[in-house]
Amino acid sequence: MAGLDRRQVLMRAGLAAIGAGLPFRAAAEDRIALPFGNGARALVRYPGKRPLIQLTSRPPQLETPFSVFDEGAITPNDAFFVRYHLADLPLAIDPETYRLEIKGHVERPVALSLADLKRMAPMEVVAVNQCSGNSRGFVEPRVAGGQLGNGAMGNARWTGVSLKAVLDAAGMKAGAVQVAFDGLDGPVIPETPDFVKALTVDHARSGEVMLAWGMNGQDLPFLNGFPVRLVVPGFYGTYWVKHLGAITVLDRPFEGFWMKSAYRIPDTPCACTEPGKAPAATVPIARLNVRSFVTNLSDGAKVKAGPTSLRGIAFDGGSGVARVELSTDDGRTWIPAELGQDLGRYAFRTWTATTELGAGMHAIRVRATAKDGAGQPMEPQWNPPGYMRNVVETTRIQAA
Amino acid sequence: MSIRCHIVLMVSLWAGATTAAPLDYALPDAYSELRSSAGQEVGRTAAQGNCLTCHSTDYIAMQPPGKGKAFWDAEVTKMIKVYHAPIDEADGKAIAAYLADAY
Repeated sequence: MAGLDRRQVLMRAGLAAIGAGLPFRAAAEDRIALPFGNGARALVRYPGKRPLIQLTSRPPQLETPFSVFDEGAITPNDAFFVRYHLADLPLAIDPETYRLEIKGHVERPVALSLADLKRMAPMEVVAVNQCSGNSRGFVEPRVAGGQLGNGAMGNARWTGVSLKAVLDAAGMKAGAVQVAFDGLDGPVIPETPDFVKALTVDHARSGEVMLAWGMNGQDLPFLNGFPVRLVVPGFYGTYWVKHLGAITVLDRPFEGFWMKSAYRIPDTPCACTEPGKAPAATVPIARLNVRSFVTNLSDGAKVKAGPTSLRGIAFDGGSGVARVELSTDDGRTWIPAELGQDLGRYAFRTWTATTELGAGMHAIRVRATAKDGAGQPMEPQWNPPGYMRNVVETTRIQAA
Repeated sequence: MSIRCHIVLMVSLWAGATTAAPLDYALPDAYSELRSSAGQEVGRTAAQGNCLTCHSTDYIAMQPPGKGKAFWDAEVTKMIKVYHAPIDEADGKAIAAYLADAY
Protein backbone atom coordinates (compact mmCIF):
# COMPACT_ATOMS: atom_id res chain seq x y z
CA MET A 1 0.00 0.00 0.00
CA ALA A 2 2.99 2.28 0.26
CA GLY A 3 3.39 4.71 -2.64
CA LEU A 4 6.40 5.46 -4.75
CA ASP A 5 7.11 8.56 -2.71
CA ARG A 6 7.83 6.31 0.26
CA ARG A 7 10.82 4.73 -1.37
CA GLN A 8 14.25 5.97 -1.98
CA VAL A 9 15.41 3.90 -4.89
CA LEU A 10 18.52 4.89 -6.70
CA MET A 11 18.88 3.30 -10.09
CA ARG A 12 22.31 3.91 -11.51
CA ALA A 13 23.60 2.58 -14.78
CA GLY A 14 27.19 1.53 -15.16
CA LEU A 15 28.53 3.01 -11.97
CA ALA A 16 30.67 0.21 -10.71
CA ALA A 17 31.77 2.08 -7.64
CA ILE A 18 28.30 2.32 -6.12
CA GLY A 19 27.67 -0.42 -3.65
CA ALA A 20 31.23 -1.66 -3.62
CA GLY A 21 31.86 0.34 -0.49
CA LEU A 22 28.83 -0.90 1.40
CA PRO A 23 30.11 -2.80 4.42
CA PHE A 24 27.64 -5.64 4.06
CA ARG A 25 27.86 -6.26 0.37
CA ALA A 26 28.06 -9.99 -0.22
CA ALA A 27 31.63 -11.09 -0.73
CA ALA A 28 31.97 -13.37 -3.72
CA GLU A 29 33.57 -16.13 -1.68
CA ASP A 30 30.75 -16.23 0.83
CA ARG A 31 28.68 -18.70 -1.08
CA ILE A 32 26.99 -21.99 -0.44
CA ALA A 33 25.43 -24.56 -2.74
CA LEU A 34 21.97 -25.85 -1.96
CA PRO A 35 21.78 -29.43 -3.27
CA PHE A 36 19.70 -28.86 -6.39
CA GLY A 37 20.20 -27.31 -9.82
CA ASN A 38 20.87 -23.54 -9.72
CA GLY A 39 21.30 -23.89 -5.96
CA ALA A 40 24.36 -21.60 -5.71
CA ARG A 41 23.60 -18.85 -3.20
CA ALA A 42 25.43 -15.95 -1.63
CA LEU A 43 25.60 -15.63 2.13
CA VAL A 44 24.84 -12.01 2.94
CA ARG A 45 24.76 -10.00 6.13
CA TYR A 46 21.87 -7.56 6.50
CA PRO A 47 21.67 -5.10 9.39
CA GLY A 48 20.47 -6.98 12.46
CA LYS A 49 21.05 -10.34 10.81
CA ARG A 50 23.91 -12.82 10.80
CA PRO A 51 25.01 -14.06 7.35
CA LEU A 52 21.96 -15.67 5.75
CA ILE A 53 21.34 -17.39 2.44
CA GLN A 54 20.27 -14.87 -0.16
CA LEU A 55 17.39 -16.12 -2.23
CA THR A 56 16.68 -12.71 -3.77
CA SER A 57 17.90 -9.20 -3.12
CA ARG A 58 14.99 -7.03 -4.32
CA PRO A 59 12.73 -7.53 -2.54
CA PRO A 60 14.89 -9.24 0.07
CA GLN A 61 14.34 -12.92 0.69
CA LEU A 62 16.74 -14.63 3.07
CA GLU A 63 16.88 -18.26 4.11
CA THR A 64 18.19 -19.53 7.43
CA PRO A 65 21.30 -21.75 7.11
CA PHE A 66 20.15 -25.16 8.29
CA SER A 67 22.87 -25.46 10.95
CA VAL A 68 21.00 -22.77 12.94
CA PHE A 69 18.26 -25.29 13.74
CA ASP A 70 20.80 -27.31 15.72
CA GLU A 71 21.31 -24.39 18.11
CA GLY A 72 18.07 -25.06 19.96
CA ALA A 73 14.30 -24.98 19.69
CA ILE A 74 14.15 -21.18 19.39
CA THR A 75 15.39 -19.62 16.17
CA PRO A 76 17.37 -16.47 17.02
CA ASN A 77 16.05 -13.19 15.64
CA ASP A 78 19.25 -12.52 13.73
CA ALA A 79 18.94 -15.87 11.97
CA PHE A 80 15.20 -15.85 11.27
CA PHE A 81 14.28 -16.12 7.58
CA VAL A 82 12.93 -13.17 5.60
CA ARG A 83 10.25 -13.24 2.94
CA TYR A 84 8.80 -10.29 1.02
CA HIS A 85 6.64 -10.45 -2.08
CA LEU A 86 6.77 -6.89 -3.38
CA ALA A 87 9.70 -4.50 -3.56
CA ASP A 88 8.23 -1.29 -2.18
CA LEU A 89 9.30 -1.75 1.41
CA PRO A 90 8.30 0.94 3.90
CA LEU A 91 11.04 3.50 3.92
CA ALA A 92 10.52 4.77 7.42
CA ILE A 93 8.44 3.48 10.26
CA ASP A 94 8.27 5.75 13.27
CA PRO A 95 6.90 3.80 16.23
CA GLU A 96 5.65 7.07 17.72
CA THR A 97 3.43 7.97 14.77
CA TYR A 98 2.67 4.40 13.63
CA ARG A 99 -1.05 3.62 13.61
CA LEU A 100 -2.88 0.37 12.98
CA GLU A 101 -6.29 0.98 11.42
CA ILE A 102 -9.22 -1.32 12.16
CA LYS A 103 -11.99 -0.51 9.72
CA GLY A 104 -14.64 -1.87 7.41
CA HIS A 105 -17.66 -3.71 8.78
CA VAL A 106 -17.20 -2.41 12.34
CA GLU A 107 -19.14 -0.20 14.73
CA ARG A 108 -16.23 2.14 15.52
CA PRO A 109 -13.27 2.37 13.13
CA VAL A 110 -10.14 2.92 15.23
CA ALA A 111 -6.49 3.75 14.66
CA LEU A 112 -4.35 2.26 17.40
CA SER A 113 -0.83 3.39 18.24
CA LEU A 114 1.88 0.99 19.31
CA ALA A 115 1.43 2.33 22.84
CA ASP A 116 -2.32 1.62 22.64
CA LEU A 117 -1.60 -1.97 21.65
CA LYS A 118 0.97 -2.39 24.41
CA ARG A 119 -1.54 -1.17 27.00
CA MET A 120 -3.88 -4.06 26.17
CA ALA A 121 -3.58 -7.43 27.92
CA PRO A 122 -0.46 -9.07 26.51
CA MET A 123 -0.23 -12.66 25.32
CA GLU A 124 2.59 -14.93 24.25
CA VAL A 125 2.94 -18.01 22.12
CA VAL A 126 5.87 -20.04 20.85
CA ALA A 127 5.05 -20.83 17.25
CA VAL A 128 6.65 -21.96 14.03
CA ASN A 129 6.48 -19.66 11.04
CA GLN A 130 7.13 -21.65 7.88
CA CYS A 131 6.89 -20.56 4.26
CA SER A 132 4.33 -22.41 2.18
CA GLY A 133 7.11 -23.05 -0.32
CA ASN A 134 9.79 -24.10 2.15
CA SER A 135 11.92 -26.84 0.50
CA ARG A 136 10.57 -26.06 -2.98
CA GLY A 137 14.02 -26.53 -4.50
CA PHE A 138 13.80 -30.25 -3.71
CA VAL A 139 10.47 -30.71 -5.51
CA GLU A 140 10.65 -33.02 -8.55
CA PRO A 141 9.64 -32.29 -11.21
CA ARG A 142 10.92 -28.82 -10.41
CA VAL A 143 8.42 -25.97 -10.31
CA ALA A 144 8.66 -22.19 -10.60
CA GLY A 145 8.88 -20.05 -7.50
CA GLY A 146 11.32 -19.29 -4.70
CA GLN A 147 13.86 -22.12 -4.85
CA LEU A 148 14.26 -22.67 -1.13
CA GLY A 149 16.17 -25.30 0.76
CA ASN A 150 14.75 -26.29 4.15
CA GLY A 151 15.54 -23.01 5.89
CA ALA A 152 12.42 -20.93 5.27
CA MET A 153 11.09 -21.74 8.73
CA GLY A 154 11.73 -20.62 12.26
CA ASN A 155 10.35 -20.92 15.76
CA ALA A 156 10.04 -17.89 18.02
CA ARG A 157 8.35 -16.71 21.17
CA TRP A 158 5.92 -14.04 19.99
CA THR A 159 4.58 -11.34 22.29
CA GLY A 160 1.63 -9.17 21.46
CA VAL A 161 -2.08 -8.77 21.84
CA SER A 162 -4.97 -10.97 20.81
CA LEU A 163 -6.51 -10.04 17.47
CA LYS A 164 -9.87 -10.79 19.06
CA ALA A 165 -9.36 -8.03 21.64
CA VAL A 166 -8.47 -5.53 18.93
CA LEU A 167 -11.48 -6.49 16.82
CA ASP A 168 -13.68 -6.22 19.89
CA ALA A 169 -12.36 -2.69 20.48
CA ALA A 170 -13.72 -1.73 17.06
CA GLY A 171 -16.87 -3.79 17.47
CA MET A 172 -17.52 -6.11 14.54
CA LYS A 173 -20.95 -5.69 13.01
CA ALA A 174 -23.31 -8.61 12.51
CA GLY A 175 -22.76 -10.24 9.14
CA ALA A 176 -18.96 -10.02 9.19
CA VAL A 177 -17.45 -13.05 7.42
CA GLN A 178 -13.75 -12.36 6.87
CA VAL A 179 -10.99 -10.09 8.11
CA ALA A 180 -8.31 -8.80 5.71
CA PHE A 181 -4.76 -7.77 6.64
CA ASP A 182 -2.59 -5.29 4.76
CA GLY A 183 1.03 -4.46 5.52
CA LEU A 184 2.88 -1.21 4.86
CA ASP A 185 4.90 -2.84 2.08
CA GLY A 186 3.48 -2.65 -1.42
CA PRO A 187 4.09 -3.16 -5.12
CA VAL A 188 6.53 -1.20 -7.26
CA ILE A 189 3.86 -0.40 -9.84
CA PRO A 190 0.33 0.36 -8.63
CA GLU A 191 -1.22 -2.17 -11.04
CA THR A 192 0.42 -5.10 -9.22
CA PRO A 193 -1.94 -6.60 -6.63
CA ASP A 194 -0.97 -5.43 -3.14
CA PHE A 195 -0.14 -8.20 -0.71
CA VAL A 196 -3.30 -8.61 1.37
CA LYS A 197 -4.39 -11.78 3.16
CA ALA A 198 -7.63 -12.77 4.86
CA LEU A 199 -8.85 -15.07 7.61
CA THR A 200 -12.37 -16.16 8.44
CA VAL A 201 -14.06 -14.23 11.21
CA ASP A 202 -14.16 -17.32 13.41
CA HIS A 203 -10.43 -17.84 13.02
CA ALA A 204 -9.67 -14.15 13.56
CA ARG A 205 -11.72 -14.19 16.78
CA SER A 206 -10.41 -17.55 18.03
CA GLY A 207 -8.17 -15.86 20.58
CA GLU A 208 -5.08 -17.53 19.12
CA VAL A 209 -4.30 -15.12 16.29
CA MET A 210 -2.05 -12.33 17.54
CA LEU A 211 -0.76 -8.92 16.64
CA ALA A 212 2.85 -9.33 17.75
CA TRP A 213 5.38 -6.62 18.45
CA GLY A 214 7.84 -8.82 20.33
CA MET A 215 9.96 -11.71 19.13
CA ASN A 216 12.12 -13.68 21.54
CA GLY A 217 12.02 -10.83 24.06
CA GLN A 218 13.01 -8.09 21.62
CA ASP A 219 11.25 -5.77 19.21
CA LEU A 220 10.48 -7.43 15.89
CA PRO A 221 13.47 -7.11 13.56
CA PHE A 222 12.67 -4.73 10.73
CA LEU A 223 12.83 -7.49 8.13
CA ASN A 224 10.48 -9.66 10.19
CA GLY A 225 7.71 -7.07 10.24
CA PHE A 226 8.52 -4.20 12.62
CA PRO A 227 6.64 -2.78 14.43
CA VAL A 228 3.68 -5.22 14.40
CA ARG A 229 3.00 -8.40 12.47
CA LEU A 230 0.22 -10.92 12.40
CA VAL A 231 1.00 -14.24 14.08
CA VAL A 232 -1.26 -17.08 12.99
CA PRO A 233 -0.15 -20.12 15.00
CA GLY A 234 -0.24 -23.33 13.02
CA PHE A 235 -0.81 -21.58 9.68
CA TYR A 236 1.73 -21.04 6.93
CA GLY A 237 3.76 -17.84 6.91
CA THR A 238 1.79 -16.33 4.04
CA TYR A 239 -0.83 -15.26 6.60
CA TRP A 240 1.69 -13.70 8.99
CA VAL A 241 1.43 -10.23 7.40
CA LYS A 242 4.39 -7.99 8.30
CA HIS A 243 4.47 -4.24 9.04
CA LEU A 244 0.74 -4.48 9.66
CA GLY A 245 -1.02 -1.26 8.65
CA ALA A 246 -4.71 -1.99 8.22
CA ILE A 247 -7.21 -4.60 9.34
CA THR A 248 -10.46 -4.57 7.40
CA VAL A 249 -13.54 -6.48 8.51
CA LEU A 250 -15.53 -7.70 5.50
CA ASP A 251 -19.16 -8.74 5.08
CA ARG A 252 -18.19 -10.90 2.08
CA PRO A 253 -15.26 -13.16 1.25
CA PHE A 254 -12.07 -11.31 0.31
CA GLU A 255 -11.51 -11.47 -3.44
CA GLY A 256 -7.93 -10.23 -3.68
CA PHE A 257 -5.30 -11.98 -5.81
CA TRP A 258 -3.22 -13.30 -2.91
CA MET A 259 -6.20 -15.26 -1.59
CA LYS A 260 -8.26 -16.00 -4.68
CA SER A 261 -5.48 -16.99 -7.07
CA ALA A 262 -2.23 -17.37 -5.15
CA TYR A 263 -1.31 -19.57 -2.22
CA ARG A 264 -3.85 -22.24 -3.10
CA ILE A 265 -3.44 -25.99 -2.81
CA PRO A 266 -5.22 -28.91 -4.47
CA ASP A 267 -8.52 -29.63 -2.74
CA THR A 268 -7.55 -33.24 -2.03
CA PRO A 269 -6.69 -34.96 1.28
CA CYS A 270 -2.95 -34.98 0.45
CA ALA A 271 -2.98 -31.46 -1.09
CA CYS A 272 -1.24 -33.17 -3.99
CA THR A 273 -1.74 -34.12 -7.61
CA GLU A 274 -0.07 -36.52 -9.98
CA PRO A 275 3.27 -34.86 -10.80
CA GLY A 276 2.84 -32.44 -13.67
CA LYS A 277 -0.94 -32.37 -13.43
CA ALA A 278 -3.08 -29.38 -12.49
CA PRO A 279 -5.65 -29.86 -9.71
CA ALA A 280 -9.37 -30.01 -10.45
CA ALA A 281 -10.16 -27.66 -7.58
CA THR A 282 -8.12 -25.63 -5.11
CA VAL A 283 -8.53 -24.11 -1.64
CA PRO A 284 -6.44 -21.54 0.23
CA ILE A 285 -3.40 -23.06 1.94
CA ALA A 286 -3.95 -23.30 5.68
CA ARG A 287 -2.28 -25.41 8.39
CA LEU A 288 1.27 -26.73 8.43
CA ASN A 289 1.64 -30.43 7.93
CA VAL A 290 3.92 -32.50 10.16
CA ARG A 291 7.69 -32.45 9.50
CA SER A 292 10.87 -33.60 11.21
CA PHE A 293 14.57 -33.07 10.60
CA VAL A 294 17.94 -34.28 11.82
CA THR A 295 19.89 -31.14 12.74
CA ASN A 296 23.24 -32.32 14.12
CA LEU A 297 24.42 -34.21 11.04
CA SER A 298 24.13 -32.94 7.49
CA ASP A 299 23.99 -34.99 4.35
CA GLY A 300 27.45 -36.35 3.54
CA ALA A 301 28.72 -36.08 7.13
CA LYS A 302 31.38 -38.49 8.38
CA VAL A 303 31.14 -40.01 11.87
CA LYS A 304 33.06 -42.53 13.94
CA ALA A 305 31.57 -46.02 13.75
CA GLY A 306 29.74 -47.05 16.93
CA PRO A 307 27.02 -45.40 18.99
CA THR A 308 25.99 -42.20 17.20
CA SER A 309 24.02 -39.40 18.79
CA LEU A 310 21.29 -37.83 16.69
CA ARG A 311 19.17 -34.83 17.44
CA GLY A 312 16.72 -32.65 15.62
CA ILE A 313 13.37 -30.94 15.55
CA ALA A 314 9.78 -31.78 14.67
CA PHE A 315 6.58 -29.77 14.40
CA ASP A 316 3.08 -29.72 12.97
CA GLY A 317 0.19 -27.31 12.55
CA GLY A 318 -0.93 -27.32 16.16
CA SER A 319 -1.97 -30.77 17.32
CA GLY A 320 1.52 -31.23 18.74
CA VAL A 321 4.21 -33.84 18.13
CA ALA A 322 3.27 -37.27 19.49
CA ARG A 323 6.45 -39.12 18.54
CA VAL A 324 9.58 -39.03 16.43
CA GLU A 325 11.21 -42.17 15.07
CA LEU A 326 14.35 -43.02 13.16
CA SER A 327 15.21 -45.72 10.68
CA THR A 328 18.57 -46.82 9.33
CA ASP A 329 17.17 -49.62 7.15
CA ASP A 330 15.09 -47.78 4.55
CA GLY A 331 12.07 -47.66 6.82
CA ARG A 332 11.74 -51.38 7.60
CA THR A 333 12.23 -50.79 11.32
CA TRP A 334 12.01 -47.64 13.40
CA ILE A 335 13.48 -46.69 16.77
CA PRO A 336 11.83 -44.07 18.98
CA ALA A 337 13.50 -40.77 19.74
CA GLU A 338 13.20 -39.05 23.10
CA LEU A 339 11.26 -35.80 22.89
CA GLY A 340 12.72 -32.63 24.43
CA GLN A 341 11.07 -29.76 26.26
CA ASP A 342 7.49 -29.02 25.23
CA LEU A 343 7.25 -25.32 24.35
CA GLY A 344 3.66 -25.67 23.23
CA ARG A 345 1.78 -27.36 20.46
CA TYR A 346 2.75 -24.78 17.82
CA ALA A 347 6.49 -24.89 18.56
CA PHE A 348 9.49 -26.85 17.36
CA ARG A 349 9.85 -29.95 19.53
CA THR A 350 13.44 -31.05 19.91
CA TRP A 351 14.32 -34.73 20.00
CA THR A 352 17.38 -36.89 20.66
CA ALA A 353 18.28 -40.48 19.86
CA THR A 354 21.27 -42.79 19.77
CA THR A 355 21.82 -45.45 17.14
CA GLU A 356 24.60 -47.94 16.51
CA LEU A 357 26.28 -47.41 13.16
CA GLY A 358 28.75 -49.92 11.75
CA ALA A 359 31.45 -48.86 9.31
CA GLY A 360 29.96 -47.90 5.97
CA MET A 361 27.32 -45.66 4.43
CA HIS A 362 24.05 -45.10 6.24
CA ALA A 363 20.79 -43.43 5.30
CA ILE A 364 19.15 -41.99 8.43
CA ARG A 365 15.45 -41.45 8.01
CA VAL A 366 13.39 -39.44 10.48
CA ARG A 367 9.63 -39.26 10.75
CA ALA A 368 7.26 -37.57 13.15
CA THR A 369 3.69 -38.44 13.99
CA ALA A 370 1.41 -35.68 15.18
CA LYS A 371 -1.07 -36.01 18.03
CA ASP A 372 -3.88 -35.84 15.47
CA GLY A 373 -2.46 -39.03 13.92
CA ALA A 374 -0.96 -37.42 10.81
CA GLY A 375 2.42 -38.67 9.65
CA GLN A 376 4.93 -38.02 6.91
CA PRO A 377 4.96 -39.82 3.55
CA MET A 378 7.97 -41.95 2.57
CA GLU A 379 7.67 -40.69 -1.00
CA PRO A 380 7.35 -36.97 -1.77
CA GLN A 381 3.97 -35.61 -2.75
CA TRP A 382 3.68 -33.04 -5.53
CA ASN A 383 1.55 -30.03 -6.34
CA PRO A 384 2.05 -27.32 -8.99
CA PRO A 385 3.15 -24.49 -6.66
CA GLY A 386 5.56 -26.71 -4.70
CA TYR A 387 3.87 -26.14 -1.34
CA MET A 388 3.72 -28.24 1.84
CA ARG A 389 6.64 -30.60 1.20
CA ASN A 390 6.83 -32.98 4.15
CA VAL A 391 8.43 -36.17 2.87
CA VAL A 392 10.35 -38.29 5.40
CA GLU A 393 13.80 -36.70 5.27
CA THR A 394 16.91 -38.77 4.63
CA THR A 395 20.39 -37.87 5.86
CA ARG A 396 23.20 -39.90 4.29
CA ILE A 397 26.29 -40.25 6.45
CA GLN A 398 29.46 -42.30 6.43
CA ALA A 399 30.65 -44.14 9.55
CA ALA A 400 34.28 -45.24 9.77
CA MET B 1 24.85 -2.32 -20.39
CA SER B 2 24.40 -3.13 -16.78
CA ILE B 3 21.92 -1.68 -14.39
CA ARG B 4 22.88 -1.25 -10.82
CA CYS B 5 20.05 -0.99 -8.39
CA HIS B 6 20.97 0.35 -5.04
CA ILE B 7 18.19 0.58 -2.56
CA VAL B 8 18.72 2.51 0.58
CA LEU B 9 16.16 2.40 3.30
CA MET B 10 16.68 4.93 5.99
CA VAL B 11 14.45 3.80 8.76
CA SER B 12 14.11 5.55 12.04
CA LEU B 13 13.25 2.86 14.47
CA TRP B 14 13.12 2.95 18.19
CA ALA B 15 10.55 1.51 20.43
CA GLY B 16 11.20 1.73 24.10
CA ALA B 17 13.85 2.17 26.70
CA THR B 18 14.96 -1.42 26.92
CA THR B 19 15.27 -2.28 23.27
CA ALA B 20 16.74 -0.30 20.43
CA ALA B 21 15.72 -1.08 16.88
CA PRO B 22 18.10 0.08 14.16
CA LEU B 23 17.99 3.78 13.50
CA ASP B 24 18.99 3.30 9.89
CA TYR B 25 18.01 0.45 7.70
CA ALA B 26 20.01 -0.08 4.55
CA LEU B 27 19.58 -3.02 2.23
CA PRO B 28 22.64 -4.52 0.60
CA ASP B 29 23.38 -3.83 -3.03
CA ALA B 30 20.87 -5.56 -5.28
CA TYR B 31 23.17 -5.57 -8.29
CA SER B 32 23.55 -8.61 -10.49
CA GLU B 33 23.86 -9.13 -14.23
CA LEU B 34 21.48 -10.93 -16.50
CA ARG B 35 23.29 -13.68 -18.37
CA SER B 36 24.45 -13.06 -21.91
CA SER B 37 23.09 -15.29 -24.63
CA ALA B 38 24.33 -15.19 -28.20
CA GLY B 39 21.64 -14.06 -30.62
CA GLN B 40 19.29 -12.99 -27.80
CA GLU B 41 20.50 -9.42 -27.36
CA VAL B 42 17.06 -7.97 -28.10
CA GLY B 43 15.42 -10.17 -25.48
CA ARG B 44 18.14 -9.49 -22.93
CA THR B 45 17.77 -5.74 -23.40
CA ALA B 46 13.99 -6.06 -23.08
CA ALA B 47 14.42 -8.11 -19.90
CA GLN B 48 16.70 -5.47 -18.44
CA GLY B 49 14.25 -2.74 -19.31
CA ASN B 50 11.20 -4.53 -17.95
CA CYS B 51 11.86 -7.33 -15.43
CA LEU B 52 14.25 -5.34 -13.28
CA THR B 53 11.68 -2.64 -12.61
CA CYS B 54 10.03 -4.86 -10.03
CA HIS B 55 12.61 -7.47 -8.99
CA SER B 56 16.27 -8.37 -9.01
CA THR B 57 17.83 -10.79 -11.48
CA ASP B 58 18.14 -13.54 -8.89
CA TYR B 59 14.39 -14.14 -9.26
CA ILE B 60 15.32 -15.44 -12.71
CA ALA B 61 18.69 -17.01 -12.01
CA MET B 62 17.47 -19.22 -9.15
CA GLN B 63 14.78 -20.95 -11.22
CA PRO B 64 15.36 -24.60 -12.12
CA PRO B 65 17.85 -24.85 -14.98
CA GLY B 66 16.92 -25.72 -18.52
CA LYS B 67 13.14 -25.65 -18.13
CA GLY B 68 12.69 -24.44 -21.70
CA LYS B 69 10.27 -22.30 -23.64
CA ALA B 70 6.94 -23.37 -22.15
CA PHE B 71 8.19 -22.64 -18.62
CA TRP B 72 9.51 -19.18 -19.48
CA ASP B 73 6.51 -18.32 -21.66
CA ALA B 74 4.33 -19.09 -18.65
CA GLU B 75 6.49 -16.96 -16.36
CA VAL B 76 6.41 -13.93 -18.67
CA THR B 77 2.67 -14.37 -19.16
CA LYS B 78 2.23 -14.51 -15.38
CA MET B 79 4.15 -11.25 -14.98
CA ILE B 80 1.92 -9.55 -17.55
CA LYS B 81 -1.48 -11.04 -16.69
CA VAL B 82 -1.15 -11.46 -12.94
CA TYR B 83 1.27 -8.77 -11.81
CA HIS B 84 0.29 -6.39 -14.64
CA ALA B 85 3.82 -5.69 -15.82
CA PRO B 86 3.46 -3.22 -18.72
CA ILE B 87 5.33 -5.38 -21.24
CA ASP B 88 4.19 -5.22 -24.87
CA GLU B 89 3.68 -8.37 -26.89
CA ALA B 90 6.89 -8.13 -28.92
CA ASP B 91 9.00 -7.52 -25.81
CA GLY B 92 7.22 -10.34 -23.98
CA LYS B 93 8.04 -12.83 -26.73
CA ALA B 94 11.66 -11.66 -26.94
CA ILE B 95 12.08 -11.87 -23.16
CA ALA B 96 10.66 -15.41 -23.01
CA ALA B 97 12.88 -16.57 -25.87
CA TYR B 98 15.94 -15.03 -24.23
CA LEU B 99 15.17 -16.54 -20.82
CA ALA B 100 14.55 -20.00 -22.32
CA ASP B 101 17.91 -19.75 -24.09
CA ALA B 102 19.97 -18.24 -21.28
CA TYR B 103 18.49 -19.98 -18.25
